[in-house]
Amino acid sequence: MSLITVTSPHTVQPGNTGRFMRLVIYATLPGLLALTWCFGWGSLINVLWCSALAVATEAACLRARGRDLRFFLGDCSAWVTGLLLGLALPPFAPWWLSALGTVFAIAVGKQLYGGLGMNPFNPAMVAYALLLVSFPVPMTQWAAPTAGGGVPGLSDSLAIIFGGLSIDGRTMATPLDTFRQFAGTEALDALLARPMFEPLGGARIGQGWAWVNLGFLAGGLFLLARRVISWHIPVAMLTALGGLATVFWLIDPSRYASPLLHLLSGATMLCAFFIATDPVTAAASRPGRLLFGAGIGVLLYIIRTFGAYPDAVAFAVLLMNLAAPTIDTYLQPRTWGESVPAKRRAP
Amino acid sequence: MSARIWTMPGGVHPPAHKQASTRRPIAEAALPARLIIPVQQHVGNPATPVVAIGEYVLKGQRLAEAQGFVSVPVHASTSGTVVDIGRYPTDHPSQIDSLCIVLAPDGRDEWLPHEGLADWRQADPVELIERVRAAGVAGLGGAGFPTAAKLTAEHETRIDTVVINGMECEPYITADDMQMRERAHEIIEGTRIIQHILRAPTALVGIEDNKPEAIRAMQRAADGTDVAIRVAPTKYPSGAARQTVYILTGREVPNWGHTIDVGVFCCNTGTAAAVYRAIVHGEPLISRITTVSGAGVREPRNLDVRIGTPVGDLIRQCGGDPAQLSRLILGGPMMGVTLHEATIPVTKLTNCLIAATAQDFPPPPPEQPCIRCGACSEACPVALLPQQLLWFAKAGEFEKAEKHHLRACIECGACAYVCPSNIPLVQYYRHAKGELRAQAEEKAKAEASKQRFEARQTRLTQDEAEREVKRQARLAAAQAHARSTANDTASAMPTPPSDTKSLTIAAAMARVGLKKAEKALAVAVEANEPTDALVTEVERLKAEVAKIEAELLNAASGVKTGGAEPKGAEPA
Repeated sequence: MSLITVTSPHTVQPGNTGRFMRLVIYATLPGLLALTWCFGWGSLINVLWCSALAVATEAACLRARGRDLRFFLGDCSAWVTGLLLGLALPPFAPWWLSALGTVFAIAVGKQLYGGLGMNPFNPAMVAYALLLVSFPVPMTQWAAPTAGGGVPGLSDSLAIIFGGLSIDGRTMATPLDTFRQFAGTEALDALLARPMFEPLGGARIGQGWAWVNLGFLAGGLFLLARRVISWHIPVAMLTALGGLATVFWLIDPSRYASPLLHLLSGATMLCAFFIATDPVTAAASRPGRLLFGAGIGVLLYIIRTFGAYPDAVAFAVLLMNLAAPTIDTYLQPRTWGESVPAKRRAP
Repeated sequence: MSARIWTMPGGVHPPAHKQASTRRPIAEAALPARLIIPVQQHVGNPATPVVAIGEYVLKGQRLAEAQGFVSVPVHASTSGTVVDIGRYPTDHPSQIDSLCIVLAPDGRDEWLPHEGLADWRQADPVELIERVRAAGVAGLGGAGFPTAAKLTAEHETRIDTVVINGMECEPYITADDMQMRERAHEIIEGTRIIQHILRAPTALVGIEDNKPEAIRAMQRAADGTDVAIRVAPTKYPSGAARQTVYILTGREVPNWGHTIDVGVFCCNTGTAAAVYRAIVHGEPLISRITTVSGAGVREPRNLDVRIGTPVGDLIRQCGGDPAQLSRLILGGPMMGVTLHEATIPVTKLTNCLIAATAQDFPPPPPEQPCIRCGACSEACPVALLPQQLLWFAKAGEFEKAEKHHLRACIECGACAYVCPSNIPLVQYYRHAKGELRAQAEEKAKAEASKQRFEARQTRLTQDEAEREVKRQARLAAAQAHARSTANDTASAMPTPPSDTKSLTIAAAMARVGLKKAEKALAVAVEANEPTDALVTEVERLKAEVAKIEAELLNAASGVKTGGAEPKGAEPA
């Protein structure tokens, strides 16, 4: 046997990117369960449909690019993208809508840039923004929360998604959207009294949404514990969002939604722990990540409160993705031994 | 003095694999058939052989002499005959053969008479440093910097602390651990000698907490001395000099400097022991303790090895077969280098040999794309952003990498160890550093050419001016001569033409003398010889040339002004 000569280090910690991605997939389970429990089978069907299509699209792109299918599919990143898009879409989005989004996310949002690690924007959010701008109606028809009873059955759900069965009467605007439309009007108080908003700790939050957000929060804490993500982005984002919401809410509670509504409604927790933390498209350094997360939180609040869209995760994340390289350039951490006073600086 | 321990940034916890080689005591390595002793085992200039082929040498006899300040001599590890002086495979990272002196032992292991200083406390530090230099001691921890040079190096900060590095954070390596367990006294005495030389009030020995036996032995040996034992948490790479110094003293070594710049003299435990042997026993550094471990040997252990012993002999002594190994790592698994031949000799820096098989060191998994997860920057002990550096290195943006402090990278491998995408990050950084070095050399070369060109231009202008002066002088002299012959009888003008002529000759000779002296000075500067006398000589000659030329000018102008001819010297 001849001696091989390689450079150090000669040993690596076991593990690979695929393991990271699989942990992310497991961590979405509590949120997915809550979605399914509160809004019916739609989310689960969406997630499976989008994931399968994402992997298929990735495989097709890899083949077209002449890459090793087994090796690159093994990193599970396409699966994660499809999964996140499926979670973000309305539960009964028609099949073609989610298909279009998924194919766009993988083919354009990721593979056209050169595949995993090369895309500047979060692929799932690129697709979400495309769909929201192109098809605003189906994208804002969210299933009415029912928490166990009264949701369409599995066969009905499949019929709605794939068979074009109408879901009229089973959808409604989300609590965030409702609040935004009626903020500052006389009707708001009456609306808040509806079952769509349920009381929690003195504030009114969206029915069912609290469970969904708590589910994603639980998954996020799992990721933190397993060190898949660092705390910087979620904490900065939630602090910025919660802080802004508190300030405005204290100024005028009839015009501005409570911080609890902001934190526990819509895609807040999904964004904080699963979308904003996508390392490929986030800032790299710790101070950079704090700024990146805070930026998403601020944009989220501004677009939700003053913008034209019911939720703002996609736009807030994409805007900060755009800013990430600049943040990385200007917000470098201090290197150890860097700014020690130079008594005798080397030439 | 507080016993505080500081926490360095980053770090990783790779499996230690240290138990295997600490079960057996240190044993002496068998005398090999041939000792292959490289003349360069240290940082700096290689030593020059002072023995001839066929010469019989005694153990401890000098084989090669140090060249310059940053260099150390090399000694015979046993008695025997010099059988060859030539190029042999060594641990050179580029697998280039290096000059070695090959010794055929006679088996008698007969020492050259030598004696130490029993009472080093009374000795002058300068004499002690000279003894350390003569003993060929260089940093045994792996850096190989000549210890005497480090002890003498000029620095602005006064050294108040001696740090002895017994961290030994790399997996597998236990050479320092075993030396501390079995020879703690030598290390502590060596530390005290260094403390005495530097007149440093504080001496600290840092040991990681995974070596309880070494800690106990060292504490016992240090009892009643000024040397304090500090126990630090186990974390790789706490044994890197800058990291060790920070952990023990809280002083952050600047990127641009060395531990000396923060007032700390830092060396390895083995170096301290070598200093002790050099001073107290008068023994040069001809052997060291080397760990032989890995799945490729049946009896992993530490050996006291004569410098120059081929590594293959050690592996066979520990029950391994060099032919059965997949790789042979010199040093630890994090920073060690792989050897291409089992005939490569142990040097003063060889702390560990890992006889690796494909089972314990499988080929690296394939590299996946970087997802910028940041695990690397969490692990980096210098708080760099390895993921950004990778991007720049791959894109060829080396200047950007430099702006992100690539130079501060100590190549510890912590980033590559934790990378979930199995990217060999350190390789990319080495490549980028090499490119930056090449660019800097290119730039220096261009700068030197520019300076040479400008110097030549200046010289040509000066020469031209000098020639002009001479031409004027000759012209004036000729005119004066013509006039004086014409007015030979009529005028009693005191112009002595021969005087001008002799002055011209004198000036030319003085200039030649000056040129010679200047040349001698340049040669002396190049060869690092004392230049004071030559500088004075050059100054004196310059003054003389100036004086003669001034006289010449005076004479010429005297002729001109005194002359009746209206056609004087034309303005230059």
